[in-house]
Amino acid sequence: MAIKKIMCACGSGLGSSFLVEMNVKKVLKKLGVEGVEVGHSAATDIFKGSADVFVCGKDMYNILSAYGPCVTLTNIISMAELEEKLGAYLKEVGVI
Amino acid sequence: MESVLVFIQDVLSTPALLIGTMALIGLIAQGRPVEEVIKGTLKTILGFVIIGAGAGILVGALNYFGALFNFAFGVQGVVPNNEAIVSLALNEYAQATALIMAFGMVANILLARFSKWKYIFLTGHHTLYMAALIAVVLSVGGLEGWQLILAGSALLGFTMVFFPALAQKTMVKITGEESIAFGHFGTLGYVFSAWLGSIFGKESKSTEEIKFPKRLSFLRDTSVAISLTMFMFFVLVSVIASFKEGFDPAMTTGINWFLFSVIQSLTFAGGVYIVLAGVRLLIAEIVPAFKGISEKIVPDAKPALDCPIVFPFAENAVLIGFLVSFAGGLVGLGILVALGSTLALPLILPGVIPHFFCGATAGVFGNATGGRKGAIIGAFGHGLLITFLPAFLMPVLGTLGFANTTFSDADFTAVGIVMGNIANYVQGYGLLAVSLLIFVAPIVLTLLQPKKA
Repeated sequence: MAIKKIMCACGSGLGSSFLVEMNVKKVLKKLGVEGVEVGHSAATDIFKGSADVFVCGKDMYNILSAYGPCVTLTNIISMAELEEKLGAYLKEVGVI
Repeated sequence: MESVLVFIQDVLSTPALLIGTMALIGLIAQGRPVEEVIKGTLKTILGFVIIGAGAGILVGALNYFGALFNFAFGVQGVVPNNEAIVSLALNEYAQATALIMAFGMVANILLARFSKWKYIFLTGHHTLYMAALIAVVLSVGGLEGWQLILAGSALLGFTMVFFPALAQKTMVKITGEESIAFGHFGTLGYVFSAWLGSIFGKESKSTEEIKFPKRLSFLRDTSVAISLTMFMFFVLVSVIASFKEGFDPAMTTGINWFLFSVIQSLTFAGGVYIVLAGVRLLIAEIVPAFKGISEKIVPDAKPALDCPIVFPFAENAVLIGFLVSFAGGLVGLGILVALGSTLALPLILPGVIPHFFCGATAGVFGNATGGRKGAIIGAFGHGLLITFLPAFLMPVLGTLGFANTTFSDADFTAVGIVMGNIANYVQGYGLLAVSLLIFVAPIVLTLLQPKKA
């Protein structure tokens, strides 16, 4: 499966999802993944198909998991956790 | 030559263009490619324009609400909401807000570099809101021009390191890490909650051992939560107003109270949604630039991050905190009603967003120090606190104090009350001097502190 768009989400789509977005971009660069659009938004704006995969904190999983695959973080600012989980997901779907 | 000067002056005095110019300079300074410079500049201006549009929508619904509330209860009713009050404040104080925000971030970097409070405040929307609050309070206090910008930036820089420093002890307890700080201007409420938790919650079990109904989490969708609570508020005021003598159907736009409430609550939620979208665009270029620059100048600084970073550490405390803080807000409202006859205070209704985000965070902080008892008592105390503080903030906001909305989170209201009341005693250069003293205090204290061997 091709991953074209990754969306990071939090309650109001202002602060923490924005930081996760910056981290996701760093991780993608490190993993050598190119051509993927990364954005951030509020939970309100998430619908089925608004991205190929969502990245969020564990507390948002119940809301987002209905709309597509979720990479769920316990510590949403941990680069190590993000790299491990996002990397595993990208391997699973065959991007890397 | 003269027309060039007029042009520059026009740019500086048109807030949307001023903000766009700051973004443009920032993007060029980072050496970004042309297309990104154009994109970033346009999106920043677009964000500002959108905030103004959202404000127009919000005000419509708020005016109906305010008039009905006043008619029904004979006092001013206020729904605290940061987005609403900031969008109103930007109508008049946009230029000062933009400059204070820009130089406030510089002040933050200076403090992180030269004081022991090594925090870089990365919650961009809260920096914007605090800049707006400070611009309003100092302007009402009589400062203008460069003095306003200098004093405002110094104060903003101070708040950007002081509040993260205040929260750090409990933050380490929550995350188990030293390297991450907390940057959200509700800190006084969270620290209060953690303190209550440490007193009342000894040996109480963690909230995370409770099984909670998962379905309640639909309230985490802010637009849904705002619509629902505003609907309840609108139903309450329109029903009571309609039974009073002299009620004019035009107050509910001539339609049935139920339909009126549905439309107006969704109009309010729609306005907040639009303002949020505008803020998101406005800060999209500013935050990464600030982060990049600060990392170069103060490499050992800790990033202070938005409140939801603590949510995954205690998911149940998040829901408990929200519900209990909201209950605290209702009890606080009851107390304000009871006090109403003696103190002419506005009635502060429990705004869903502050109880939602700040209440949830208060729950997490309370849980960290005192388990489930701590989460409940702490969040309740927080709910009371953010009900009383706005009531005392309103008088120092000048004409904005008569709006039917105001700042909500504890630090905005506390900073506003403190600075607003100082401004009652010292004006002009005195107020500027006080602001600068507050700014240099952490640096002086750090220099005076004996160096560890």
